[in-house]
Order: sequence, then structure tokens, then C-alpha cells
Amino acid sequence: MSSAAMNVNAQLEHLQSKHVGTGHADTNKFEWAVNQHRDTYASLIGHNTMLAYSAVAENESLGRKKFEMMEKMLQPCGLPVPKDD
Amino acid sequence: MADDLDAQIRAAQAARKKEKSADKASLVGQVSFDTDLYGEKGAAKFEGYSTSLPMNDDEEDAATFGSQTKKLSSYTAPKQILEEMASMDDGVDPMADIRPSRKISDRESEYHARRLNRQLSPERVDAFSDQAASTSARSYAEVMREAELDREHADLQRKLQEKQKEDEARRKEMEQSGDLQAQAQAQAKAAVEKAKAAAAAAASGAPKKRRWDQAGEGEKKSEWEEDDSISSAGKSSKWDETPKADAVPPRKRNRWDETPVDAVSSAWDATPKASDGGVTPGGGKRSRWDETPVGVNQYAATPIGNLGLMTPVGGSGVPMTPEAVNAMRWEKEIDYRNRYLPDEELDTMFPTEGYKILEPPVTYVPIRTPARKLMATPTPMAGQGAGFMMQEEDRNQSYDVPPEIPGVGGLQFFKPEDMQHFGKLLDEKDELELSVEELKERKIMRLLLKIKNGTPPMRKTALRQITDKARDFGAGPLFNQILPLLMSPTLEDQERHLLVKVIDRILYKLDDLVRPYVHKILVVIEPLLIDEDYYARVEGREIISNLSKAAGLATMIATMRPDIDHVDEYVRNTTARAFSVVASALGIPSLLPFLKAVCRSKKSWQARHTGIKIVQQIAILLGCAVLPHLKSLVDAIAHGLEDEQQKVRTITALAIAALAEAAAPYGIESFDIVLRPLWAGIKKHRGKGLAAFLKAIGYIIPLMDAEYANYYTKEVMIILIREFQSPDEEMKKIVLKVVKQCSATDGVEPQYIKEEILPEFFKHFWVRRMALDRRNYKQLVETTVELAQRVGVAEIVSKIVEDLKDESEPYRKMVMETIDKVVSQLGTADIDNRLEVTLIDGVLYSFQEQTVEDVVMLNGFGTVVNSLGLRVKPYLQQICSTILWRLNNKSAKVRQQAADLISRIAIVMKTCGEEKLMGQLGVVLYEYLGEEYPEVLGSILRGLKSIVNVIGMGNMTPPIKDLLPRLTPILKNRHEKVQENCIDLVGRIADRGAEFVSAREWMRICFELLDMLKAHKKGIRRATVNTFGYIAKAIGPQDVLATLLNNLKVQERQNRVCTTVAIAIVAETCSPFTVLPALMNEYRVPELNVQNGVLKSLSFLFEYIGEMGKDYIYAVTPLLEDALMDRDLVHRQTACTTVKHMALGVLGLGCEDALLHLLNHVWPNIFETSPHVINAVMEAVDGLRVALGPATLTHYVLQGLFHPARRVREIYWKIYNNLYISAQDAMVAYYPRIENDVRNIYERYELDLVV
Repeated sequence: MSSAAMNVNAQLEHLQSKHVGTGHADTNKFEWAVNQHRDTYASLIGHNTMLAYSAVAENESLGRKKFEMMEKMLQPCGLPVPKDD
Repeated sequence: MADDLDAQIRAAQAARKKEKSADKASLVGQVSFDTDLYGEKGAAKFEGYSTSLPMNDDEEDAATFGSQTKKLSSYTAPKQILEEMASMDDGVDPMADIRPSRKISDRESEYHARRLNRQLSPERVDAFSDQAASTSARSYAEVMREAELDREHADLQRKLQEKQKEDEARRKEMEQSGDLQAQAQAQAKAAVEKAKAAAAAAASGAPKKRRWDQAGEGEKKSEWEEDDSISSAGKSSKWDETPKADAVPPRKRNRWDETPVDAVSSAWDATPKASDGGVTPGGGKRSRWDETPVGVNQYAATPIGNLGLMTPVGGSGVPMTPEAVNAMRWEKEIDYRNRYLPDEELDTMFPTEGYKILEPPVTYVPIRTPARKLMATPTPMAGQGAGFMMQEEDRNQSYDVPPEIPGVGGLQFFKPEDMQHFGKLLDEKDELELSVEELKERKIMRLLLKIKNGTPPMRKTALRQITDKARDFGAGPLFNQILPLLMSPTLEDQERHLLVKVIDRILYKLDDLVRPYVHKILVVIEPLLIDEDYYARVEGREIISNLSKAAGLATMIATMRPDIDHVDEYVRNTTARAFSVVASALGIPSLLPFLKAVCRSKKSWQARHTGIKIVQQIAILLGCAVLPHLKSLVDAIAHGLEDEQQKVRTITALAIAALAEAAAPYGIESFDIVLRPLWAGIKKHRGKGLAAFLKAIGYIIPLMDAEYANYYTKEVMIILIREFQSPDEEMKKIVLKVVKQCSATDGVEPQYIKEEILPEFFKHFWVRRMALDRRNYKQLVETTVELAQRVGVAEIVSKIVEDLKDESEPYRKMVMETIDKVVSQLGTADIDNRLEVTLIDGVLYSFQEQTVEDVVMLNGFGTVVNSLGLRVKPYLQQICSTILWRLNNKSAKVRQQAADLISRIAIVMKTCGEEKLMGQLGVVLYEYLGEEYPEVLGSILRGLKSIVNVIGMGNMTPPIKDLLPRLTPILKNRHEKVQENCIDLVGRIADRGAEFVSAREWMRICFELLDMLKAHKKGIRRATVNTFGYIAKAIGPQDVLATLLNNLKVQERQNRVCTTVAIAIVAETCSPFTVLPALMNEYRVPELNVQNGVLKSLSFLFEYIGEMGKDYIYAVTPLLEDALMDRDLVHRQTACTTVKHMALGVLGLGCEDALLHLLNHVWPNIFETSPHVINAVMEAVDGLRVALGPATLTHYVLQGLFHPARRVREIYWKIYNNLYISAQDAMVAYYPRIENDVRNIYERYELDLVV
């Protein structure tokens, strides 16, 4: 069993290195939300129509919206929550 | 015909209905089998068979033996002898002589064995560590000094030898001036002296380090020193000439040989001869008795104390060579089996009445030849006092039972050789008395023993333990135990593999702690780099690569530097290879400065040689990855082309060849600086040097532009043509290769080749002798084909076609192979009529004249005929008569070849419109279907198949309705080739001409086919499964399906799996609605295998029919529901697979409601732990995700992502990850809203914007 667990862990590490947004049993709300936000911004930036939509809604230029979103990706949910353990 | 068929089917179905009994759910029970083939009922099918595996023979023997150990008196002499006879087969492995030994030392060459000459040097100082090194560790300077000393020592010795030789020569000269008699005397004396010297050498025993690389030794280079392609493998080594210990084929042991064994028996029973010790056994196959001469002498001359005891192994602790141990074990066994029967025992054995005990004749003297007894009189042990001791007889037959070792448990085996390393574990000391170090040592020992000799699970845990605790144990104690094990002379492949694995694992853990032991590790790992086994080489590379990553470049260089100009060529060779691995692990640039310095070393030519060799090995190992550093690598070695040492020049040329080969087709500019010295060099050099230079040129020319290539080719061609006549085999091969490479480049004009190269080429190379050596043969064919590419087919073929009638068969074969290759590449368009006649004539002649039936001739014939196409029509009559005549030949091979030829030329015969001829051939082949040799029968079937394919079912002679019934019994044949061709042919007929045969016959074939689902070859099983499909299509699915469903009840898994595939295929070919009702009905049979089979069939079915599945999904959903809720894991697993295929098939076709329903049944299974089941479940979830979209799945997943139980979170996150990876972008819309809290903002306001 333990070797299987080891194997799974190794796989998980590998997965995480390839896909940043993946999680594991110890992922907390903050980490999950940060990934969600980043994915959301990435998706909005990536889909031109969505970007245009939000630009129109906020009456901003496309470039500025894009820039803002990029900036927000840095710390989308504010400072990290201190870990308990 | 068709009406007739329908009527038949109807009749059969009606009959079945009548038979149907109402009490059963299965359709299958009512199938009418041919009772003569299958017996009355399925249940009674195995009646009369033993239902368990046969356990007689050996096991029973062992059992009786065991029970009789207590009362020996109960068996009679004749029976015992009989049993001995019977058990002889397990005692003596009849294949032992043939099978190669698993021991590494038994198969390696003398060169490889030189690894044993190396010593595990003391640790080195780790320059990077801050801890004080142990006192025994040596610094770099010390090692270098030692190496220097070594070299001087070798140098001195060589000089001494030279001087001695000179003296000898001078004395001889003097003696020659004397009279003849004196001369003879002197010679005799010299001979005696020589013999004495030899004897002395023998007596001293210890293998002396040989100095191979000294100039004084002449050209006795090992094959490793040269590049592989240069070294001639076939060359007889000088070891062949060394007188060996009498090379007698090992005799089969005969246990009750009363007469003393004659003089030419194996070495163990004879008085050991002096020569036994003196000769280093080399070249040929060694028997294990003459392995380490020292050991042989050791026990033969004066046996030391313990050797004579019955239990010599048990912890006696006296070091014994493994050979001695082996001999001991053997002797013990023989003694036991041959022990004397005392009178009392004989009395109880023989009948008491009717016999008389005779007195032995007075003249009788028992044989007492000590030579026959290896250790007849054991020397008393020191501790036991003098005097003879009656030995306790060990009546338990515990020959090779591995002893229970405290703390280790039952091992798979325990060789006496292991005693040397692991003996400490047996001394049963109290653990409390031991120091920490000793405890640690024992712990490691136990783990290693488990890894080496244990069962796979033991091995696994031990390996993990040793890895986990590696840093606690420390590098020293670990390597001090592992490395000596790897140096053991009796090491076997498997053991080496495991130990190497251990090293690999602990390297990761130890990391920089490993530094002091780098050299030790290299000493044992480097030999792996030149092992003949590919996997050993790969393993070696991996270890060294990891080692260099752990220890770092500086340590690696510092450790290996002293070996670069080591006196032993072997060491330098392996070091060079190891360095190339280091370069590949750490990158060439980091090693370059060092390489440059070494290649320019002024101190010794050996260093330069090794440095350049490193570059060569780097090129071979890294291939095109050298390109970025090509220029610097070439620059580093370029000067070597003009080195003063011949060997350095040669290796430089070889290294450049390797670099050019690796860089091809790029990088010519990097070679600019070596062009001049290379082309100048070919004018200066002769022999081996020239060969190396030519090789380098051969690899560089293809990199050049057309015009340069043309110019340089012309330059080198003069030399090449001159060397055409070289008698040296190596040179020939290289010249051929270079000619091939040169002529392949664009710049060389065909005209030039025709005029300048071809005449000389054919004159010198197309001679009979070239066909005799395999490598020459291959190279010549390749080069000729390459030339043909440039000058055309006609030019080449016309030159060699006459030789098809040459009297030498190997030569004809070579000609044929060349023609085959040339024609298949270039066609026969420019072969004119005259040449065509000669060609066909020659091909026919050589085909008929072959004495050894070879596939080369067959291929050549086929290629030529196929290529000529319509032009071959005039000759077909003649070819066919040849085939017919040969089909009737006595030799099976000839018949087989003739049948094979038919299958090759069938298409051409059709092209030529020779249907009639083919019909004839068909009939003849049909008549030969009674062929007894399976190989031939397979070819005949293939021939028939090709004819049927070409002329069609309707025109076939014999008619299909006659042919097929003949094939049915052949389906029973168990030979793979026969099976494969037969099933192909039957499948073909079922596909194209099913109407020619009655339904009944097809059913009979169906039954035969069931057995073929067991075939080992995948092709056969596939063909069988497909044939089921064809037959089902031809006669309707019902009968075939019933047969198949019935087959789901069989025990054998493979058979069932294939059956399910066949059912799916039948369903696919006959539309699923014809099959599904019966299949689903079969699910009601309360039998695990059947239900699983049905589910599996459904799985394959939905996989095959894809989107057609949308019509059936609602029909099978209740069944799947049931399966997904079954207690049995396999039910759920297979149902999950089915759901996956179904979901993927109906994606986007509006079946979401059913799929969602199924998802609800699949979902609870996500907590399964069995790997197969959980895999199937995950795949089903994935499939459903594709069909239902990520939104639905997200809702399911959200329930458990933050569940309090970790087990739940784990699997939910796993599913979430899968979901995320495959639908990252789409998920953005489905994430739940998360409320902000005091610290953080979690809302995604961008999504709330509304215009």
C-alpha cells in the first residue's frame, strides 16, 4: 500500500508541475480560489469577445482591461492565508 | 443454391425450436452440436479427464523418497536403482552442457575478465566536504603519484624483459657459431628452462597484471581498442593457441560407475596436473573445473582442515573458492547417494529364502584408488584432536534447501558462495553484545541478502528500506558491502542487475556523500559499459550518469584523471567510455576545457589517446547532440592526426569518423581544419592507419557540397582503387564502405563511376572468396546496390548475371541477393531482351541448383519475376514445370520452397493471363494437402490462398465446395504456420465465397474455430475472430452466436475474451439488433463468467459500433444498471468500461438523460481501491464528462472537494484534476461563487458584468 501511495504522490507531483491549477486533498480554499481567479482572467484575456464585453461594460480600452487583468493575476485574492500546520 | 441454403437454415432452426425445453433461460443450452465431436452435454464434456494438473512423476517420487527416509530397509535394491534412474533426470540437467551458464564470468572474454584485475581502491578525500577525511582516504596527489609509480614500474619491467630478450638473442648468436651438437644441447636447455619458467609461473599462481599496451608486446591489441567496425571479430585470438587444460567434453555423470574412470575423464577425479594451474583458460568454453586454477590446487594438494567434513558450509568460516565449494557440494551428494549398504540393510532388503550368501573369493581386493575420491581422507580439524572420527550420516535429503537465516526469513536460494559475504549473519551472536557499527553492518547485510536472493515482495520491501535509510547507514558501510558483491567471480546477471539497481537507488539519496567512493563505484560499474548485453550497458550508463550528477564534475574529473594514462589498456578504454557518459550527463561544454587539455597532454601519449577516444565515444553516445559543440570537439582533437604516435593518429581518424557520422548531414564547416591532414595522411599511411583515415574520409565526404565532394572523391579514389587489391579483410570492408559513401554523393558523376571505378571494382571484389565471409558479403552487396543506384540496373546486372551460373553456391547466392536488391529498388525497365533471357535463365538455374534451400534464392526469384511482370509470360510454362517438379521432391524444404514460390508469383501469373496454369497449380496444391510436414503444409495453404485471391472464388479449381471440407480437419492442426494460413484461407472463402458451401459445413467450421481462439499468436486469434464475423454474415448470426455464447462458459480466460470479441464482431457485421436480444438474455444465466462475458461483449460492441449505439443505449441501460449495482467487482468494472465506450459513442446525439442515469450508478464506485476497477471507473467518468460536459461533472465533484474525510477528498480531487486538465477553460463558468471574507476577496466580479 505504502509503495502505491508513494507512486501516487510522485504522479501527483508530476501532474502539479505540468498543470499548476490542479489540486490535492490538502488544497485549501484560498489556493483553490487563486487558481480559479487566474484561470478566469486567463480565459477572459484569451477570448477576445469576452475581453471586448468587459471593456464595453467598464468603458475602458481593450489594452487597459487586458493589462489590468494581467496585473490582477499576481495576487487575485489578496495576501495568502497563513497555514495552520 | 441460395434457396437451398435458406431452406437448410430454416430446417435447422425449426429443429432447434422443437428441442427447446422451457425451463432454461439460456439460448445456448439448446444448440445442436455435432455430438460425435462434442459429446452429449456440456457438463459431461470433461468427463474422463483429470480435472487437476497432473502431479505424478517427480512429486510422487519425492513423496515416496521422503517417507522412506526413516525406515531405509523397506525398499528393495532394484527399486532403488530404478528410482535413481528416474531421478537422474532431475539431478543432471540434460541441457546443462548446451545452455549457456548464467554466470557472467563464464561468458565473458578474456578482455572482459580483466575487470577482475582491478582493485577497489581505498576511499578518496572529498575536497568539498568540511569534515576531516578518514585516515585511510587518499588525496588526488597521492593517487596521481601512485599512478606514476605504477607506470614506472611497468616501464621498468618492460625494459627488463627487453634486455633479457636481447641477452637471449646474443647468446643464441654465440651458440650458433659453435658446433651443431652444442647448439642442440643449448636448445634443449632453453626448452627446459622455458618449461621451468612456465611451471614456476604456474606455481606462483597469482594472475599477473599483463601489460598489453607496451610496445614490446607488438601489435597484440585487444579488439576494444579499435572501433567496432575495424576490429575483426573472426580473427582467431592468440588465446586459441594456448594449450588448455585438456578440453574434454564434460561427461555425463554416471553414479554407479564401478570401474575407475579412464584417463580422459574430467579433471576433478584425476590427480591434479601441474599444468592445470599454469594455464589461464581462455578462448574456448571453460568447464567450471578449471576456472580459478588456484582453487583447484588448493583442495587437491593438501586439503585444509574443514574441507573433508560432511557439512562444510555451515558457518565454518574457512574461505573457500566458489569452485571448491561447488566441488564439495557435489562430492557430498555423490557420496551420499553411493554410500555403502551395510550387511544388515542388505539382509533386510533381500528375500530370506531361496538365496545363499557367498563368501567373496580370496583373490578379491576392494578397489581403493584414492584418485577416485576427491577427499577420501579428511585431514582432521585442528580443534578436534587427531584420530579418525566416524561421521554421523545425514539421512535427511536436504540438499539444496536454503537455510533459514535469522532475521531474513525464507529465501529463494542460498548459494554456498553467498556464505563468504553473508556468513556473519549465521553466527548467531547476541545482538545486544554488538556495537552500533556491527549492528548496522548486519542490517545492511540482511537487506542486501533479501534483495539478492529473496522473493520479489521481499526484494521490494528490502529495496525500499535500504533506499529510505541510505543516509542513516552512510555511504561507507553500504558501498563496502555492495561493491565486493559485484566483484564476486560467481556473480550472475540477475544478481548484478539487482545490485546495480540498489546502487542506483541509494545514489539519489546519498547525493554528495558518495564522493569518496566514486572511484570504487566506477571500478565495478565501468565493466558494464563494455558488456555484450545491451541492457547491462544501458544500466551502466545510467549509474555513471547519476553518479556524476551526485558527485559533480570536479570530483568525477579528479577521480578519473589518474586512470586516463593508466598502464592497462582495459582501464583506459573503460575510463574513456565512462567519461563520455559523464559528458552526456553534465553536458559537453563543461567537460570541454578538460578534454582539450588531455588531448594535448605532453606527458604521455596514452593520455592523448584516451582523451581522443573520449571524444569518439561522446560522438557515438550522443549522436546528433554533438552538433552544437562539433567545432570545438574537432578542434580539440585535430592535432592528433599528426601525432608522433601511430596509435594516436589512428584513434584520431576514428574519432573524426565518429563525429562526422554523428553530425551527418550537417557540420562540414567544422571539419575544414582536418581535411588537409586527412587527405595528406592517406598518402603517408599504410595498413591500419590508412584504414582509419579512409574511414574518416568516407564519413566526411557525404557532408560536402556536390562539387567539393566530386573533387575530394577523385582525390581519394586513386588510393581506394589501389587498395582494392589489398589482401587485408579489414581494409576491404572499409574500402567498400568508403566507395559506397563516395558514390552516394551527388557530385560524383555516373560516367566517372562507370569508367574509373566499376572495372576495377568488379575485378577485385566480385570474386568467389568475398562470398565466404559474412561481413564482406553484406558490405559488398550494399556497395554494389549503391553503385547501381548511380549507374543503373542494366550496367550492374549485366556484369554479374553470368555469375548466377557460377559453380560456387555461396557466390551464386551473393549474386542473387544483389540482383534481388537492385531490381526491387530500381525495377527492370532498362533491362533489354537479351539480358532478360540471360537473367531468367540464370535465376532458374541457380534456383534449381541450390543445395541449401535458402530464402535468398526464393526472394530473388520472386522479385525478378514480379518486376518483369508481363515480360515473364514466355517463361511461365518453364517456371511452372520447375515448381511442379519440385513440389514432388523428396526433401521437405524443396517442396516448401516451391509452394512459397507459387504464392510469390501468383499475381504475375494472373497479369500474364495464365489462369489455366494457375488452375493446374491449384489442383496440384490441393492434392498435396495431405502433406505431413507442418512447415510445408503451411506454405501449400499459403500458395492456395494466393491462387484463390487472384483468380476468384468462382473460377477456382478445385471448386470451393471441394476445397473447404478438406480444410476443416486441417484447422485442428496445432502448428502455428498451418493454423495461420488455414484460417486466412477459410476466412477468405467465408468472406468472398460463402455461398459455395453449405451452412452445416460452416457451423462445423465454427466449432473448429473456437479452439483457435486459444492460439498464442495474435494474428491467428484476430483472423479467427474476423472469420466468425464472415460466417455469421453468410449463414445468419443466430447459430454462430449460440455457439459463441455457449463458449462463454469455458474456464480459460483468453478463450472467453476472444469469444466476447467475436460476439462483438458478429454484432457489428450483422447489426446489433440481431445479436443484442440473445446477448442480453444470456445475462440472466446466474453464472459469473457468462455475465461478465456478456458485459465484455457489450463493451466491445459499443466500442465497435460507435454512434450506432444511440439506438441501443436505452435497451441496455437496465442491464447496465444491474451490473453497476452488482456485488461482484468485475461486473462493475466491465460495466464501467461499457459505459465509457457508450458515452464516447453517443456524444452529442441526445442521449444525455440515459447517460446521466448511468453516471448516477457509476459515481458510487469512485471509492473502489482495486486498481483495475478504479481505472475503469475513472475512465467511465471521463467518458461521461466528454458526453455530458464539464458542468454536470463539476456539480458532482464539488460535493466532496472539502469533505472532512481525507480518503474522500483524495479521490474527489483526483477527479477534479482530470476535469481541470481536460476542460480548464470551460470550468471558469462553473466554479461556485465564494463569498469574500475579512482578509481576502474571493468573488470574481468580472463575471458579474452586464451590459
